Amino acid sequence: MKKNWPLWEIFVRSKNGLEHRHFGSLHATDAEMALENARDVYTRRNEGVSIWVVESKYITASNPQENGELFEPAQDKIYRHPTFYELPDELKHM
Amino acid sequence: MKDSHLVKYILGIADNALILGQRLGELCGHGPTLETDIALTNMSLDLLGQTRNYYQYVAKISGDDSTEDDIAFLRTERQYLNVLLVEQPNQHFGYVIARQFYFDVFHYLLLEKLQASTDENLAAIAKKSIKEVSYHQRFSSDWIKRLGDGTSESHNKIQTAINDLWAYTDELFEVTEDDSHIVNIGIGVDVSELKAEYYSKVSEVLKESTLEIPDNKYFKKGGKIGIHSEHMGYILADLQYMQRTYPKMKW
Repeated sequence: MKKNWPLWEIFVRSKNGLEHRHFGSLHATDAEMALENARDVYTRRNEGVSIWVVESKYITASNPQENGELFEPAQDKIYRHPTFYELPDELKHM
Repeated sequence: MKDSHLVKYILGIADNALILGQRLGELCGHGPTLETDIALTNMSLDLLGQTRNYYQYVAKISGDDSTEDDIAFLRTERQYLNVLLVEQPNQHFGYVIARQFYFDVFHYLLLEKLQASTDENLAAIAKKSIKEVSYHQRFSSDWIKRLGDGTSESHNKIQTAINDLWAYTDELFEVTEDDSHIVNIGIGVDVSELKAEYYSKVSEVLKESTLEIPDNKYFKKGGKIGIHSEHMGYILADLQYMQRTYPKMKW
């Protein structure tokens, strides 16, 4: 018999207009329980206005051994990075 | 003590929250899973927060220099006016959930009405607390359904707990002499009027959970007038230890 409840990934939208962000993971037997557990574990102090839960097994992750081919080529081509124009001071969080 | 009817009426509500909060607090670090452990202790904190609101109000109207801490920690067993249901031991998760469910359904109905109290302070506390209690009720009802409609083992365990604690449900609707004074002047809620709705709500959830509705007609009562079960002394020993050992101690 499988002893542990399945693992779920929890995404919380902290304010309307912002995107859902990954907050952590927890165990639950189904989606409804995952939502309730997420409420208890992550959003007790007004952290959120919306919760998404996804069973962890449905997430496909990149393989760390392929990090080189996936992520590194971009580093040596500086024209790919949008750093060649100046931002006005008033613009923050860019 | 001035306003002693009102003080006793409020204690009758607040002591339920204190003692159930204490019982749930015992589970801290002992919940069946990390997530339910956190959920149960969150509910404990909700209830203790509500207790503080009531006790602060009682301290204000009691006319002496007692504080919320005195009320929580320095009364004798007979002076606590909570129902017998909330002092029943945790035993196993089924009992924790059944006790919570029986209490939450009542608690919600009570606060719903208490919001209309002519006493502004009580109405405000009720309004503030009902959101939390609405979640408690959802949590415990969901677990009743999961356990009842789960495996045969979970079904049997929750059915036993539901049967065993049934005898403590009727006391929730007792109106003491102090209560009736406060009901008559429009401050208190006549809990006897909540009974029909309570049992129909409870039955609805039990039915959905494939559980049998107990038909035991023998009910235990006494807590509301200070006559408690044998468990109460142990709860108070834990609860009061610090204040009794180090009088006037503060964090």
